[in-house]
Amino acid sequence: MTNPIQQEQTEAQKNASPVFFEQTWDLEYRHALGSTTSRFMQGLTEGKILGRKTTKGRVLVPARSFDDETHSATGEWIEVGTTGKIVMSTVVYEPFRGLPAPPYAIAYVMLEGADTALVGYVRGVELSDQATAVKAIAIGTDVVVHFAAKPTGTAADYWFEPAGV
Amino acid sequence: MINVGIAGFGQSKFVTKRTDVTFPELVKEGADLTLADAGIPIEDVDAFVYPLAPDALIGVSQGERWVIDALGASGKPFMRVNNGGATGMSAVLTAWTHIASGMFDVVLVAGADRVSESGSAQSVLNKMWDTGYERTVPLNTITMLALSAQRYMHLYDSTEADMALVTVKNRAHAALNPNAHLRTPITVEEVLASRTLAWPIKLGDACPASTGAAGVVLVSERYAKAHGLTPAWIRGIGQNTETFWMGNRVGPTAASDHGDADALAVAFQVAYTQAGITDPRSQIDVAEIYSPFSSVELHVIEAAGLADKGKAPLALSQGKFALGSDGPIVNPSGGVLCTNPIAVTGTIRVGEAANQVRNRAGAYQVPGARVAVASAIGGDHQFYSTMVLSTDLEEI
Repeated sequence: MTNPIQQEQTEAQKNASPVFFEQTWDLEYRHALGSTTSRFMQGLTEGKILGRKTTKGRVLVPARSFDDETHSATGEWIEVGTTGKIVMSTVVYEPFRGLPAPPYAIAYVMLEGADTALVGYVRGVELSDQATAVKAIAIGTDVVVHFAAKPTGTAADYWFEPAGV
Repeated sequence: MINVGIAGFGQSKFVTKRTDVTFPELVKEGADLTLADAGIPIEDVDAFVYPLAPDALIGVSQGERWVIDALGASGKPFMRVNNGGATGMSAVLTAWTHIASGMFDVVLVAGADRVSESGSAQSVLNKMWDTGYERTVPLNTITMLALSAQRYMHLYDSTEADMALVTVKNRAHAALNPNAHLRTPITVEEVLASRTLAWPIKLGDACPASTGAAGVVLVSERYAKAHGLTPAWIRGIGQNTETFWMGNRVGPTAASDHGDADALAVAFQVAYTQAGITDPRSQIDVAEIYSPFSSVELHVIEAAGLADKGKAPLALSQGKFALGSDGPIVNPSGGVLCTNPIAVTGTIRVGEAANQVRNRAGAYQVPGARVAVASAIGGDHQFYSTMVLSTDLEEI
Protein backbone atom coordinates (compact mmCIF):
# COMPACT_ATOMS: atom_id res chain seq x y z
CA MET A 1 0.00 0.00 0.00
CA THR A 2 1.56 3.31 -1.00
CA ASN A 3 1.45 6.23 1.32
CA PRO A 4 -0.15 9.18 -0.50
CA ILE A 5 1.28 11.65 2.00
CA GLN A 6 4.89 10.59 1.76
CA GLN A 7 7.11 13.15 0.08
CA GLU A 8 8.08 12.09 -3.39
CA GLN A 9 11.76 11.24 -3.47
CA THR A 10 14.07 12.21 -6.29
CA GLU A 11 16.19 9.49 -7.95
CA ALA A 12 19.30 10.91 -6.27
CA GLN A 13 17.57 10.68 -2.89
CA LYS A 14 16.51 7.08 -3.49
CA ASN A 15 20.03 6.07 -4.52
CA ALA A 16 21.76 7.66 -1.53
CA SER A 17 22.91 5.12 1.07
CA PRO A 18 21.22 5.68 4.43
CA VAL A 19 23.43 7.47 6.94
CA PHE A 20 23.25 6.72 10.67
CA PHE A 21 24.14 8.53 13.88
CA GLU A 22 25.24 6.23 16.68
CA GLN A 23 25.21 7.09 20.37
CA THR A 24 25.48 5.48 23.78
CA TRP A 25 23.95 6.98 26.91
CA ASP A 26 26.22 6.46 29.89
CA LEU A 27 24.70 8.45 32.74
CA GLU A 28 25.79 8.43 36.37
CA TYR A 29 23.54 8.65 39.40
CA ARG A 30 24.00 8.22 43.15
CA HIS A 31 20.49 7.84 44.61
CA ALA A 32 19.75 8.32 48.31
CA LEU A 33 17.51 5.43 49.37
CA GLY A 34 16.11 7.15 52.46
CA SER A 35 16.14 6.07 56.09
CA THR A 36 13.48 3.33 55.82
CA THR A 37 15.14 1.50 52.92
CA SER A 38 18.56 2.08 54.52
CA ARG A 39 17.36 0.35 57.71
CA PHE A 40 16.06 -2.57 55.62
CA MET A 41 19.48 -2.88 53.95
CA GLN A 42 21.20 -2.83 57.35
CA GLY A 43 18.86 -5.62 58.42
CA LEU A 44 20.22 -7.76 55.58
CA THR A 45 23.70 -7.48 57.06
CA GLU A 46 22.21 -8.82 60.34
CA GLY A 47 20.50 -11.74 58.58
CA LYS A 48 17.05 -10.15 58.99
CA ILE A 49 14.22 -9.29 56.59
CA LEU A 50 12.36 -6.27 57.93
CA GLY A 51 8.87 -5.01 57.21
CA ARG A 52 6.68 -2.19 58.49
CA LYS A 53 3.15 -2.47 59.83
CA THR A 54 0.37 -0.37 58.28
CA THR A 55 -2.49 1.26 60.20
CA LYS A 56 -4.65 -1.64 58.98
CA GLY A 57 -2.22 -4.19 60.40
CA ARG A 58 -0.70 -5.38 57.13
CA VAL A 59 3.03 -6.01 57.18
CA LEU A 60 4.69 -4.49 54.12
CA VAL A 61 7.84 -6.34 53.01
CA PRO A 62 10.22 -4.92 52.00
CA ALA A 63 9.76 -2.12 54.52
CA ARG A 64 8.11 1.01 53.18
CA SER A 65 7.43 4.23 55.06
CA PHE A 66 3.86 4.62 53.78
CA ASP A 67 0.99 2.34 52.80
CA ASP A 68 -0.11 2.19 49.15
CA GLU A 69 -3.70 1.36 50.21
CA THR A 70 -4.41 4.00 52.87
CA HIS A 71 -1.79 6.63 51.99
CA SER A 72 -0.90 6.77 55.69
CA ALA A 73 2.50 6.33 57.33
CA THR A 74 3.51 2.83 58.41
CA GLY A 75 4.64 2.34 62.03
CA GLU A 76 6.23 -0.56 63.86
CA TRP A 77 9.22 -2.43 62.40
CA ILE A 78 8.49 -6.15 62.08
CA GLU A 79 11.10 -8.84 61.54
CA VAL A 80 9.45 -11.45 59.34
CA GLY A 81 10.49 -15.04 58.77
CA THR A 82 13.28 -16.12 56.44
CA THR A 83 11.15 -18.92 55.04
CA GLY A 84 8.17 -18.55 52.78
CA LYS A 85 6.41 -19.63 49.59
CA ILE A 86 6.85 -18.58 45.98
CA VAL A 87 3.76 -16.63 44.82
CA MET A 88 5.00 -15.84 41.33
CA SER A 89 8.14 -16.68 39.37
CA THR A 90 9.76 -16.90 35.98
CA VAL A 91 12.89 -18.28 34.37
CA VAL A 92 14.51 -16.02 31.79
CA TYR A 93 16.19 -17.68 28.81
CA GLU A 94 16.49 -14.67 26.47
CA PRO A 95 19.50 -12.35 26.66
CA PHE A 96 18.65 -8.66 27.01
CA ARG A 97 21.33 -6.05 26.36
CA GLY A 98 22.45 -4.40 29.60
CA LEU A 99 20.89 -7.13 31.76
CA PRO A 100 22.57 -10.30 33.15
CA ALA A 101 23.24 -13.30 30.93
CA PRO A 102 20.47 -15.93 31.06
CA PRO A 103 19.31 -18.28 32.34
CA TYR A 104 18.24 -16.91 35.70
CA ALA A 105 15.19 -17.38 37.90
CA ILE A 106 13.26 -14.58 39.61
CA ALA A 107 10.52 -15.01 42.20
CA TYR A 108 8.24 -13.03 44.43
CA VAL A 109 8.08 -14.76 47.80
CA MET A 110 5.55 -14.35 50.61
CA LEU A 111 7.68 -14.71 53.74
CA GLU A 112 6.13 -15.92 56.97
CA GLY A 113 4.51 -13.00 58.74
CA ALA A 114 4.46 -10.76 55.64
CA ASP A 115 1.40 -9.51 53.72
CA THR A 116 3.26 -8.51 50.56
CA ALA A 117 5.77 -10.42 48.47
CA LEU A 118 9.51 -9.79 48.23
CA VAL A 119 11.31 -10.09 44.88
CA GLY A 120 14.66 -11.79 44.48
CA TYR A 121 16.76 -14.24 42.49
CA VAL A 122 16.16 -17.93 43.05
CA ARG A 123 19.46 -19.80 43.23
CA GLY A 124 20.27 -23.44 43.77
CA VAL A 125 17.94 -24.55 40.95
CA GLU A 126 19.14 -26.29 37.79
CA LEU A 127 17.91 -24.04 34.97
CA SER A 128 19.33 -25.74 31.86
CA ASP A 129 16.21 -27.89 31.40
CA GLN A 130 13.17 -25.62 31.21
CA ALA A 131 10.56 -28.15 32.34
CA THR A 132 12.59 -29.08 35.43
CA ALA A 133 13.36 -25.44 36.24
CA VAL A 134 9.75 -24.32 35.96
CA LYS A 135 8.62 -27.12 38.25
CA ALA A 136 11.32 -26.33 40.81
CA ILE A 137 10.12 -22.73 41.22
CA ALA A 138 6.35 -23.36 40.87
CA ILE A 139 3.87 -21.27 42.84
CA GLY A 140 3.64 -22.70 46.36
CA THR A 141 7.26 -23.90 46.51
CA ASP A 142 8.85 -23.47 49.95
CA VAL A 143 11.99 -21.35 49.89
CA VAL A 144 14.56 -20.05 52.35
CA VAL A 145 16.23 -16.64 52.30
CA HIS A 146 20.01 -16.77 52.00
CA PHE A 147 22.22 -13.82 52.92
CA ALA A 148 25.53 -12.78 51.38
CA ALA A 149 28.57 -13.57 53.50
CA LYS A 150 30.07 -10.24 52.48
CA PRO A 151 27.17 -7.74 52.35
CA THR A 152 27.27 -4.94 49.78
CA GLY A 153 24.55 -2.85 51.44
CA THR A 154 22.15 -3.44 48.54
CA ALA A 155 19.18 -5.69 47.84
CA ALA A 156 21.67 -8.05 46.17
CA ASP A 157 22.59 -9.19 49.69
CA TYR A 158 19.77 -11.75 49.78
CA TRP A 159 18.33 -14.39 47.48
CA PHE A 160 16.05 -17.39 47.73
CA GLU A 161 16.80 -21.10 47.52
CA PRO A 162 14.35 -24.01 47.60
CA ALA A 163 13.86 -25.30 51.16
CA GLY A 164 15.32 -28.67 52.13
CA VAL A 165 17.88 -28.85 49.33
CA MET B 1 -20.82 18.20 28.42
CA ILE B 2 -19.88 18.70 24.78
CA ASN B 3 -19.99 15.61 22.54
CA VAL B 4 -16.61 14.69 21.07
CA GLY B 5 -15.91 12.49 18.05
CA ILE B 6 -12.97 10.87 16.28
CA ALA B 7 -13.05 12.43 12.80
CA GLY B 8 -9.97 10.81 11.34
CA PHE B 9 -7.39 8.08 11.88
CA GLY B 10 -4.05 7.87 10.12
CA GLN B 11 -1.38 5.22 10.36
CA SER B 12 1.67 4.27 8.38
CA LYS B 13 2.56 0.74 7.41
CA PHE B 14 4.40 -0.68 10.43
CA VAL B 15 7.79 -2.29 9.92
CA THR B 16 10.90 -3.10 11.95
CA LYS B 17 13.07 -0.29 10.58
CA ARG B 18 12.69 2.83 8.43
CA THR B 19 15.82 4.50 7.04
CA ASP B 20 14.06 6.99 4.74
CA VAL B 21 12.87 9.37 7.47
CA THR B 22 14.07 11.07 10.64
CA PHE B 23 11.94 10.75 13.75
CA PRO B 24 10.23 14.14 13.22
CA GLU B 25 9.60 13.25 9.56
CA LEU B 26 7.92 10.06 10.76
CA VAL B 27 5.75 12.08 13.19
CA LYS B 28 4.80 14.40 10.30
CA GLU B 29 3.69 11.35 8.35
CA GLY B 30 1.33 10.49 11.24
CA ALA B 31 -0.05 14.03 11.42
CA ASP B 32 -0.50 14.32 7.64
CA LEU B 33 -2.16 10.91 7.25
CA THR B 34 -4.55 11.71 10.10
CA LEU B 35 -5.62 15.13 8.87
CA ALA B 36 -5.94 13.83 5.30
CA ASP B 37 -8.17 11.01 6.52
CA ALA B 38 -10.41 13.52 8.30
CA GLY B 39 -10.29 16.13 5.54
CA ILE B 40 -9.39 18.73 8.16
CA PRO B 41 -6.76 21.38 7.28
CA ILE B 42 -3.90 22.00 9.74
CA GLU B 43 -5.17 25.60 10.13
CA ASP B 44 -8.31 24.27 11.85
CA VAL B 45 -6.37 22.39 14.55
CA ASP B 46 -6.74 24.35 17.80
CA ALA B 47 -4.38 22.34 20.00
CA PHE B 48 -2.06 19.32 20.05
CA VAL B 49 -1.59 16.45 22.46
CA TYR B 50 1.57 14.51 21.72
CA PRO B 51 2.09 10.91 22.91
CA LEU B 52 5.67 9.92 23.72
CA ALA B 53 6.78 7.12 26.06
CA PRO B 54 10.22 7.08 27.77
CA ASP B 55 12.70 9.42 26.03
CA ALA B 56 15.46 6.82 26.18
CA LEU B 57 13.55 4.63 23.72
CA ILE B 58 14.05 7.21 20.96
CA GLY B 59 17.42 8.38 22.29
CA VAL B 60 16.47 12.05 22.51
CA SER B 61 15.66 13.83 25.77
CA GLN B 62 12.49 15.91 25.84
CA GLY B 63 11.61 14.37 22.48
CA GLU B 64 8.48 16.53 22.32
CA ARG B 65 10.66 19.58 21.49
CA TRP B 66 11.93 17.82 18.40
CA VAL B 67 8.52 17.31 16.77
CA ILE B 68 6.76 20.66 17.28
CA ASP B 69 7.23 21.64 13.63
CA ALA B 70 6.48 18.13 12.37
CA LEU B 71 3.07 18.39 14.01
CA GLY B 72 2.49 21.98 12.87
CA ALA B 73 2.10 23.02 16.52
CA SER B 74 4.22 26.16 16.54
CA GLY B 75 2.07 29.07 17.74
CA LYS B 76 -0.59 26.79 19.27
CA PRO B 77 -1.21 25.03 22.61
CA PHE B 78 0.78 21.82 22.97
CA MET B 79 1.07 19.14 25.65
CA ARG B 80 3.06 15.91 25.87
CA VAL B 81 1.56 12.86 27.56
CA ASN B 82 3.54 9.86 28.86
CA ASN B 83 1.78 6.97 30.58
CA GLY B 84 4.07 4.19 29.35
CA GLY B 85 2.20 1.74 27.14
CA ALA B 86 -1.04 3.64 27.74
CA THR B 87 0.54 6.85 26.42
CA GLY B 88 -1.17 6.82 23.02
CA MET B 89 -4.59 6.42 24.59
CA SER B 90 -4.01 8.71 27.57
CA ALA B 91 -3.18 11.38 24.99
CA VAL B 92 -6.56 10.82 23.32
CA LEU B 93 -8.32 11.07 26.70
CA THR B 94 -6.46 14.34 27.33
CA ALA B 95 -7.58 15.63 23.94
CA TRP B 96 -11.16 14.58 24.76
CA THR B 97 -10.96 16.69 27.94
CA HIS B 98 -9.68 19.64 25.91
CA ILE B 99 -12.81 19.55 23.73
CA ALA B 100 -15.43 18.30 26.22
CA SER B 101 -14.56 21.28 28.44
CA GLY B 102 -15.54 23.65 25.64
CA MET B 103 -12.01 24.96 25.33
CA PHE B 104 -11.24 23.73 21.79
CA ASP B 105 -13.06 22.36 18.72
CA VAL B 106 -10.30 20.40 16.97
CA VAL B 107 -7.40 18.63 18.70
CA LEU B 108 -4.77 16.51 16.94
CA VAL B 109 -3.10 13.55 18.62
CA ALA B 110 -0.27 12.21 16.45
CA GLY B 111 3.11 10.67 17.03
CA ALA B 112 5.45 7.84 16.14
CA ASP B 113 7.89 5.34 17.51
CA ARG B 114 10.90 3.46 16.22
CA VAL B 115 11.55 1.02 19.01
CA SER B 116 14.08 -1.11 17.11
CA GLU B 117 16.62 1.74 16.80
CA SER B 118 17.75 0.93 20.31
CA GLY B 119 18.80 -2.61 21.00
CA SER B 120 18.56 -1.68 24.67
CA ALA B 121 14.77 -1.34 24.97
CA GLN B 122 14.44 -3.87 27.79
CA SER B 123 17.36 -2.24 29.61
CA VAL B 124 15.53 1.11 29.34
CA LEU B 125 12.34 -0.51 30.61
CA ASN B 126 14.24 -2.18 33.48
CA LYS B 127 14.82 1.35 34.81
CA MET B 128 11.09 1.56 35.71
CA TRP B 129 11.59 -0.27 38.99
CA ASP B 130 12.44 0.93 42.50
CA THR B 131 16.10 1.91 42.83
CA GLY B 132 16.46 0.41 46.31
CA TYR B 133 14.37 -2.74 46.35
CA GLU B 134 13.92 -3.93 42.78
CA ARG B 135 16.73 -2.79 40.54
CA THR B 136 19.23 -5.44 41.64
CA VAL B 137 16.89 -7.96 39.99
CA PRO B 138 16.64 -7.74 36.18
CA LEU B 139 12.91 -7.06 35.88
CA ASN B 140 11.61 -5.80 32.53
CA THR B 141 8.27 -5.65 30.72
CA ILE B 142 8.62 -9.25 29.55
CA THR B 143 9.42 -10.71 32.98
CA MET B 144 6.70 -8.64 34.69
CA LEU B 145 4.10 -10.10 32.35
CA ALA B 146 5.60 -13.59 32.55
CA LEU B 147 4.89 -13.36 36.29
CA SER B 148 1.33 -12.28 35.54
CA ALA B 149 0.87 -15.07 32.99
CA GLN B 150 2.12 -17.66 35.48
CA ARG B 151 -0.38 -16.42 38.08
CA TYR B 152 -3.23 -16.51 35.54
CA MET B 153 -2.33 -20.13 34.69
CA HIS B 154 -2.20 -20.94 38.41
CA LEU B 155 -5.49 -19.23 39.29
CA TYR B 156 -7.52 -20.68 36.44
CA ASP B 157 -5.74 -23.95 35.62
CA SER B 158 -4.87 -22.51 32.22
CA THR B 159 -2.05 -23.58 29.89
CA GLU B 160 0.49 -22.20 27.45
CA ALA B 161 -1.70 -23.59 24.68
CA ASP B 162 -4.48 -21.23 25.86
CA MET B 163 -2.13 -18.30 25.39
CA ALA B 164 -1.23 -19.56 21.92
CA LEU B 165 -4.90 -19.38 20.88
CA VAL B 166 -4.69 -15.59 21.25
CA THR B 167 -1.68 -15.34 18.94
CA VAL B 168 -3.29 -17.61 16.36
CA LYS B 169 -6.45 -15.46 16.28
CA ASN B 170 -4.64 -12.14 16.15
CA ARG B 171 -2.16 -13.17 13.46
CA ALA B 172 -5.06 -14.34 11.29
CA HIS B 173 -6.64 -10.92 11.77
CA ALA B 174 -3.37 -9.06 11.09
CA ALA B 175 -3.05 -10.92 7.78
CA LEU B 176 -6.07 -8.87 6.65
CA ASN B 177 -4.59 -5.57 7.89
CA PRO B 178 -2.17 -4.04 5.35
CA ASN B 179 -0.61 -1.78 8.01
CA ALA B 180 0.08 -4.50 10.61
CA HIS B 181 3.69 -5.47 11.36
CA LEU B 182 3.46 -9.26 11.92
CA ARG B 183 1.07 -10.56 9.26
CA THR B 184 2.08 -14.20 8.87
CA PRO B 185 -0.50 -16.66 10.18
CA ILE B 186 0.79 -19.04 12.84
CA THR B 187 -0.42 -22.28 14.43
CA VAL B 188 -0.72 -23.25 18.10
CA GLU B 189 2.10 -25.78 17.56
CA GLU B 190 4.38 -23.11 16.10
CA VAL B 191 3.73 -20.76 19.02
CA LEU B 192 4.43 -23.55 21.52
CA ALA B 193 7.63 -24.49 19.68
CA SER B 194 8.97 -20.92 19.58
CA ARG B 195 11.87 -20.09 21.89
CA THR B 196 11.23 -19.11 25.51
CA LEU B 197 11.90 -15.48 26.44
CA ALA B 198 10.78 -15.58 30.07
CA TRP B 199 8.67 -18.63 30.86
CA PRO B 200 5.77 -18.97 30.09
CA ILE B 201 6.20 -16.21 27.49
CA LYS B 202 7.70 -17.37 24.23
CA LEU B 203 8.57 -15.45 21.08
CA GLY B 204 5.20 -16.43 19.62
CA ASP B 205 3.43 -14.85 22.60
CA ALA B 206 5.23 -11.52 22.22
CA CYS B 207 4.65 -8.32 20.26
CA PRO B 208 7.24 -6.98 17.79
CA ALA B 209 9.25 -3.75 18.20
CA SER B 210 7.51 -1.64 15.56
CA THR B 211 8.43 1.50 13.67
CA GLY B 212 5.76 3.77 12.28
CA ALA B 213 3.40 6.66 12.91
CA ALA B 214 -0.26 7.12 13.81
CA GLY B 215 -2.75 9.71 14.93
CA VAL B 216 -6.38 10.58 15.48
CA VAL B 217 -8.10 13.95 15.24
CA LEU B 218 -10.87 14.78 17.70
CA VAL B 219 -13.65 17.27 16.98
CA SER B 220 -16.52 18.87 18.87
CA GLU B 221 -20.10 18.13 17.81
CA ARG B 222 -20.36 21.78 16.80
CA TYR B 223 -17.35 21.51 14.43
CA ALA B 224 -18.53 18.17 13.03
CA LYS B 225 -21.99 19.58 12.19
CA ALA B 226 -20.59 22.78 10.68
CA HIS B 227 -18.31 20.76 8.39
CA GLY B 228 -20.59 17.84 7.56
CA LEU B 229 -18.37 15.28 9.31
CA THR B 230 -19.60 11.91 10.58
CA PRO B 231 -17.11 11.03 13.31
CA ALA B 232 -17.13 8.04 15.64
CA TRP B 233 -18.64 9.41 18.85
CA ILE B 234 -16.92 8.98 22.19
CA ARG B 235 -19.65 7.69 24.53
CA GLY B 236 -17.67 6.89 27.64
CA ILE B 237 -14.15 7.09 28.99
CA GLY B 238 -12.44 5.53 31.98
CA GLN B 239 -9.07 5.59 33.65
CA ASN B 240 -7.71 3.77 36.65
CA THR B 241 -4.38 3.15 38.30
CA GLU B 242 -2.77 0.22 40.11
CA THR B 243 -0.23 0.24 42.94
CA PHE B 244 3.45 0.58 41.97
CA TRP B 245 4.48 -2.56 43.84
CA MET B 246 4.00 -5.86 42.02
CA GLY B 247 4.56 -7.71 45.30
CA ASN B 248 1.52 -5.90 46.77
CA ARG B 249 -0.72 -7.47 44.14
CA VAL B 250 -0.66 -10.96 45.52
CA GLY B 251 -1.67 -12.75 48.69
CA PRO B 252 -4.81 -13.04 50.82
CA THR B 253 -4.83 -9.41 52.03
CA ALA B 254 -4.07 -7.83 48.62
CA ALA B 255 -6.66 -5.65 46.90
CA SER B 256 -5.95 -7.26 43.52
CA ASP B 257 -4.06 -10.11 41.89
CA HIS B 258 -1.24 -9.65 39.39
CA GLY B 259 -2.78 -12.50 37.39
CA ASP B 260 -5.96 -10.50 36.80
CA ALA B 261 -6.58 -6.94 35.60
CA ASP B 262 -8.99 -5.83 38.32
CA ALA B 263 -8.13 -2.14 38.16
CA LEU B 264 -8.70 -2.24 34.40
CA ALA B 265 -12.11 -3.84 34.99
CA VAL B 266 -13.03 -0.77 37.06
CA ALA B 267 -11.92 1.53 34.21
CA PHE B 268 -14.08 -0.45 31.75
CA GLN B 269 -17.05 -0.21 34.12
CA VAL B 270 -16.67 3.57 34.41
CA ALA B 271 -16.78 3.93 30.61
CA TYR B 272 -19.65 1.43 30.28
CA THR B 273 -21.76 3.31 32.83
CA GLN B 274 -21.31 6.58 30.93
CA ALA B 275 -22.15 4.88 27.65
CA GLY B 276 -25.17 3.00 29.00
CA ILE B 277 -23.62 -0.44 28.51
CA THR B 278 -25.03 -2.94 30.97
CA ASP B 279 -24.37 -6.17 29.05
CA PRO B 280 -21.07 -5.82 27.18
CA ARG B 281 -21.36 -9.26 25.56
CA SER B 282 -24.52 -8.30 23.67
CA GLN B 283 -24.01 -4.53 23.33
CA ILE B 284 -20.39 -4.38 22.13
CA ASP B 285 -19.59 -5.33 18.55
CA VAL B 286 -15.83 -4.78 18.53
CA ALA B 287 -13.06 -4.54 21.12
CA GLU B 288 -9.62 -3.13 20.29
CA ILE B 289 -7.85 -3.93 23.54
CA TYR B 290 -4.20 -3.47 24.45
CA SER B 291 -2.35 -6.75 24.91
CA PRO B 292 1.36 -6.80 24.01
CA PHE B 293 1.60 -10.44 25.07
CA SER B 294 -0.90 -13.23 24.36
CA SER B 295 -1.42 -13.86 28.08
CA VAL B 296 -2.53 -10.27 28.66
CA GLU B 297 -5.43 -10.52 26.20
CA LEU B 298 -6.96 -13.32 28.29
CA HIS B 299 -7.42 -11.22 31.42
CA VAL B 300 -8.27 -8.04 29.47
CA ILE B 301 -11.12 -9.87 27.69
CA GLU B 302 -12.35 -10.80 31.17
CA ALA B 303 -11.84 -7.29 32.60
CA ALA B 304 -13.89 -5.94 29.68
CA GLY B 305 -16.73 -8.23 30.73
CA LEU B 306 -16.60 -10.24 27.50
CA ALA B 307 -15.95 -13.49 29.43
CA ASP B 308 -16.09 -14.56 33.07
CA LYS B 309 -12.83 -14.61 35.02
CA GLY B 310 -10.72 -17.53 33.84
CA LYS B 311 -13.09 -18.32 30.98
CA ALA B 312 -11.50 -16.41 28.08
CA PRO B 313 -9.48 -19.51 27.01
CA LEU B 314 -12.63 -21.64 26.78
CA ALA B 315 -14.41 -19.00 24.68
CA LEU B 316 -11.36 -18.69 22.39
CA SER B 317 -11.19 -22.46 21.96
CA GLN B 318 -14.80 -22.33 20.79
CA GLY B 319 -13.83 -19.80 18.12
CA LYS B 320 -15.23 -16.76 19.91
CA PHE B 321 -13.76 -13.26 19.41
CA ALA B 322 -12.45 -14.15 15.93
CA LEU B 323 -13.69 -12.41 12.78
CA GLY B 324 -16.73 -14.25 11.50
CA SER B 325 -17.81 -15.51 14.93
CA ASP B 326 -20.94 -14.47 16.84
CA GLY B 327 -20.62 -11.87 19.57
CA PRO B 328 -17.92 -9.25 20.13
CA ILE B 329 -14.84 -9.47 17.89
CA VAL B 330 -11.59 -8.84 19.75
CA ASN B 331 -8.68 -7.10 18.03
CA PRO B 332 -9.80 -7.48 14.40
CA SER B 333 -6.77 -5.36 13.39
CA GLY B 334 -4.44 -7.99 14.84
CA GLY B 335 -3.90 -5.77 17.86
CA VAL B 336 -0.78 -4.91 19.81
CA LEU B 337 0.47 -8.49 19.58
CA CYS B 338 1.09 -7.89 15.85
CA THR B 339 2.03 -4.17 15.92
CA ASN B 340 3.56 -2.26 18.84
CA PRO B 341 4.96 1.22 18.14
CA ILE B 342 4.86 1.99 21.89
CA ALA B 343 4.05 5.74 21.88
CA VAL B 344 1.10 5.43 19.50
CA THR B 345 -0.10 1.89 20.22
CA GLY B 346 -2.95 3.23 22.36
CA THR B 347 -3.82 5.82 19.71
CA ILE B 348 -4.16 3.02 17.17
CA ARG B 349 -6.63 1.18 19.47
CA VAL B 350 -8.91 4.24 19.41
CA GLY B 351 -8.41 4.76 15.68
CA GLU B 352 -9.18 1.15 14.82
CA ALA B 353 -12.27 1.19 17.07
CA ALA B 354 -13.40 4.43 15.39
CA ASN B 355 -12.88 2.97 11.91
CA GLN B 356 -14.94 -0.08 12.84
CA VAL B 357 -17.99 1.91 13.93
CA ARG B 358 -17.58 4.14 10.86
CA ASN B 359 -17.55 1.03 8.61
CA ARG B 360 -14.10 1.97 7.28
CA ALA B 361 -11.98 -0.99 8.42
CA GLY B 362 -11.70 -2.64 5.01
CA ALA B 363 -10.86 -6.36 4.92
CA TYR B 364 -11.13 -6.68 8.72
CA GLN B 365 -14.41 -4.76 9.07
CA VAL B 366 -16.83 -6.33 11.55
CA PRO B 367 -20.12 -6.31 9.63
CA GLY B 368 -22.61 -3.80 11.00
CA ALA B 369 -20.37 -2.72 13.90
CA ARG B 370 -21.99 0.15 15.81
CA VAL B 371 -20.46 0.03 19.30
CA ALA B 372 -16.76 -0.48 20.01
CA VAL B 373 -14.58 -0.44 23.10
CA ALA B 374 -10.88 0.39 23.21
CA SER B 375 -8.35 0.10 26.03
CA ALA B 376 -4.69 0.56 26.83
CA ILE B 377 -2.28 -0.43 29.60
CA GLY B 378 0.90 1.32 30.71
CA GLY B 379 3.71 0.94 33.21
CA ASP B 380 3.91 -2.27 35.17
CA HIS B 381 0.22 -3.08 34.51
CA GLN B 382 -0.47 0.22 36.17
CA PHE B 383 -2.09 2.89 34.03
CA TYR B 384 -5.36 1.86 32.48
CA SER B 385 -7.40 3.75 29.84
CA THR B 386 -10.75 2.77 28.34
CA MET B 387 -13.15 4.27 25.81
CA VAL B 388 -16.51 3.38 24.27
CA LEU B 389 -17.25 4.64 20.75
CA SER B 390 -20.35 4.44 18.60
CA THR B 391 -21.57 5.26 15.12
CA ASP B 392 -24.24 7.67 16.35
CA LEU B 393 -25.38 9.45 19.50
CA GLU B 394 -28.49 7.28 19.94
CA GLU B 395 -29.04 5.10 22.99
CA ILE B 396 -26.71 2.07 23.15
